Amino acid sequence: MVIRIPELAFGFIIPELIITVSAVVTLLLAAFARKDSVGAVAGAITLTGAGLAMVFTCALWDVNASLYNALYTIDNFGTFFKGLALIVAMLVTILSLSYVEREEMVKGEYFSLLLFGVLGMMIMVSSNHFITIFIGLEVMSIAVYVLCGLLSGNARSAESSLKYFLLGAFATAFLLYGMALVYATTGILDIRDIASYIGSGTFGLTPMFMIGIAMLIVGFGFKTASVPFHMWTPDVYQGAPTSITAYMATGIKAAAFGAFLRVFYTAFLPLLANWSDMIWLIAVATMTIGNITALVQDDVKRMLAYSSIAHAGYILVAFVVGDQLSSAGILYYLLVYTFMNIGAFTIVILMGRKGEENTGIDSYAGLAGRHPLIALAMTVFLLSLAGIPPLAGFMGKFYVLSAAVKAKYYWLAVIGVLNSVVAVYYYLRVVMAMYFKESAGAFGKTDFSPAYSLVIIISLWALFHMGVFPRDFLLIAQKSIGIFM
Amino acid sequence: MDQTFPLLSTLIFLPLAGALLVMLLPRRNALLIKVSTLLLTLIEFALSLPLFFQFNEKTAAMQFVEQREWYPEWGISYLLGIDGISMLLVMLTTFITVLCILCSWESIKDKIKEYYVSFLILETAMIGALCALDLVLFYIFWELMLIPMYLLIGVWGGPNRIYAAVKFFLFTMVGSVLMLVAIMTLYFHFGRESGAYTFNVFELYKADLPAAMQYWLFAAFALSFAIKVPMFPFHTWLPDAHTEAPTAGSVILAAVLLKMGVYGFLRFAMPLFPAALVASTALISWLAIIGIVYGAVMCIMQTDLKRLIAYSSVSHLGYVMLGIFALNMQGFQGGIYQMLNHGISTGGLFLIVGMIYERRHTRMIADFGGLTKVMPRLAVFFMIVTLSSIALPGTNGFVGEFLILLGAFRSNMLYGVLASTGVILGAVYMLWMFQRVMFGKIVREENRGLTDLTKRESAILCTIVLFVFLMGLYPGAFLRKMDASAAGYLKFLQARTAVYAATASGPVRQAEAK
Repeated sequence: MVIRIPELAFGFIIPELIITVSAVVTLLLAAFARKDSVGAVAGAITLTGAGLAMVFTCALWDVNASLYNALYTIDNFGTFFKGLALIVAMLVTILSLSYVEREEMVKGEYFSLLLFGVLGMMIMVSSNHFITIFIGLEVMSIAVYVLCGLLSGNARSAESSLKYFLLGAFATAFLLYGMALVYATTGILDIRDIASYIGSGTFGLTPMFMIGIAMLIVGFGFKTASVPFHMWTPDVYQGAPTSITAYMATGIKAAAFGAFLRVFYTAFLPLLANWSDMIWLIAVATMTIGNITALVQDDVKRMLAYSSIAHAGYILVAFVVGDQLSSAGILYYLLVYTFMNIGAFTIVILMGRKGEENTGIDSYAGLAGRHPLIALAMTVFLLSLAGIPPLAGFMGKFYVLSAAVKAKYYWLAVIGVLNSVVAVYYYLRVVMAMYFKESAGAFGKTDFSPAYSLVIIISLWALFHMGVFPRDFLLIAQKSIGIFM
Repeated sequence: MDQTFPLLSTLIFLPLAGALLVMLLPRRNALLIKVSTLLLTLIEFALSLPLFFQFNEKTAAMQFVEQREWYPEWGISYLLGIDGISMLLVMLTTFITVLCILCSWESIKDKIKEYYVSFLILETAMIGALCALDLVLFYIFWELMLIPMYLLIGVWGGPNRIYAAVKFFLFTMVGSVLMLVAIMTLYFHFGRESGAYTFNVFELYKADLPAAMQYWLFAAFALSFAIKVPMFPFHTWLPDAHTEAPTAGSVILAAVLLKMGVYGFLRFAMPLFPAALVASTALISWLAIIGIVYGAVMCIMQTDLKRLIAYSSVSHLGYVMLGIFALNMQGFQGGIYQMLNHGISTGGLFLIVGMIYERRHTRMIADFGGLTKVMPRLAVFFMIVTLSSIALPGTNGFVGEFLILLGAFRSNMLYGVLASTGVILGAVYMLWMFQRVMFGKIVREENRGLTDLTKRESAILCTIVLFVFLMGLYPGAFLRKMDASAAGYLKFLQARTAVYAATASGPVRQAEAK
């Protein structure tokens, strides 16, 4: 028996390597460096690592390669999501620079886990192999389970961590079981081979195979926070450190959607008619339940958690359709969603103090009078989330919904837009509090550090730019999904 | 100024640039903020004058057209242009905005900077929506109008402002999101049929959709526009919004924002879906008539001045819709003219009520009486504007209402007769209101100390009165500008509907066939 040693093609995985090395260095730093300087140094290393990785990821644009016996794949789709994960990493790192100091979290571990999470995201979106996808997902998830609980001495944070871990473990089991069932019926783990096997004619649709697909939907549905697998989201998002909430709402969701898209659009696209109804239902339920529950939330962080569920629903609208336009819409939406959500969570962080988060909607009353710029920025983020033109959120919704209309899913589109009206109501509640009401108590000083302002300015610029000139970003998104079509 | 100068773009983006500028001014210097906003709107008005004077009234084609690629892969372009109809509305917008800034001079004391920034952004959105000839571009401006208006009502409005602002926002939003789905449906259907994917409205005019699809899409467009107009029974947001908004907000809402709904009907909903237009003409005309009568009857019962004027808007906009849907030259021109009139007259009424409110801090009719004695100057202006709202011959309102009724009679006798009752009711509620507020004895002591109009206020009302008479005595100056556009538009509409009209039955169509 000849054992083939895979060629060591390090050139293609430089971004992943950089992230791994930075993560390890940061972790060691926590053990060996002086306590008071760890935060800044670890943050700097994280930021540099993510930035460098971003440069190399961009260099890999338009490069296609299959590595390590097809366990790992470099293509534009993966590169897009890797870039997105790194954008999330950089933005979250910048705002964490001040946030971890304020909340006095363990700094080295924090940044190290952040990077490991990103590494997991990068792995799970760049493989056509079930096993690698699963490994990526686990690397990401385990890092985030810990990150959720890093607010020491905070019961909510511990609850968040435990809840996410327990439910996440279940969801992962579902995912793995789905993969196992698919493997059991086809004998294949590579999703491209599954697709060709389905198309080959020897394939017969068995219940076991369909159950496998359903289990995969459950697993991915959990990670993307889709109804009815969303129960964990509000508690976990609320309890976690806000920077990690932003990280989960954008990075994890994007990566999970990346893997979800890749698996379903590669392996199961020929069976679209068999599973699109299921996704249709989930999409409608996700939008509707997410939005309606968000209506009654009095806590902004929790409201944003429900809104992130609703946004997953909009993305699933395009998922149902299964063509080029829709998948490009999904990618664009995720990109836009990242900026508006991180922006909004940054404001949530700004409103907090050490130990008290001030996330109640009453804390925002009269903000426009005291801090007009913060209120204005928050308004822009919320309006973008609500999908009001000319902000990028509108364009995102526009492309996602037009995909549904194009495929003649008129009712889905109508439900989608009516949902966005519901959404407007709860986003406007915050705007209302900021502009129309007078503040009840004293505001105190906000720690308006340059780190926060930088994140806010970048996000604002991105939302205006992508809203008014969406063309370049959509072309990138279209090129990224070229591999499926 | 040569034709290559992007005049429309300048008009659209000057207020936006101005808003950014005002945002950068120091918060403490209120006078600087006010003066710069006023200057900006004056420049804007001056820049819009060439639209009127250089407008070629011989052609129905779009003028001052600008076209740039925006997102060619999708067929979304930056396409602007105006014809005789939208030109007059743009003029109205730039004119009324100046008055709005002037009338807010003293009354807005809180968050001054945000107020003027909102107003400037609103102006950008309004002019953009009137000039856009690409559906996506139009939709963007259309939605953009919501935010500043929402803030104007919600931040600077009356006691019940939050309810009114949210209601305004949600009502309009429901309509417009459904329109968005309709726009997409139209786009993809037309693209599949013709192979050309485009949002250019003139290309889409060529679309020949199946009748069932036309009904659905027209319904979505019409809902969106009918809420904005507002047509009965979608009008319930208007009295709240008008009553709670600050004076300038009410003025701009009545004068321009409501016209957007009518404009949307005639620019988009009607020519895009001819079959649905034929089928729905009777329905919409009836709704318009109900609106006329219902609005007028509601006016009689109102105790709040602003609410009264708000309901009179419902009635007046009913006339406009009736005229437009008469689908003949008189009705159509009358409808457009009435839009301008309503902008001037109702805008003027809101301004006057605002001035009274600033002094007396109440709008209840019962709190007044005998104001003529203490405020003679105001009384004169109020009288003139009231009469123009009733459509006394010699004032602007007469020309519009006369043309509309003429058109209505030509299209269907019954419509004309029923709509005419609105004229009588109009005189009843306006004159009765005027009598209760201005004449009689002063019963409340507080009213004795009221001061008459200041120079600034007189100047604002002088311009209004100037236009009341100018448009009433010399309507030709304005009607001539839209003659060609209106004739071209109706000819085009007739050609579009000819196929469907032949098969449709009912009194409307038969009358039209003559």
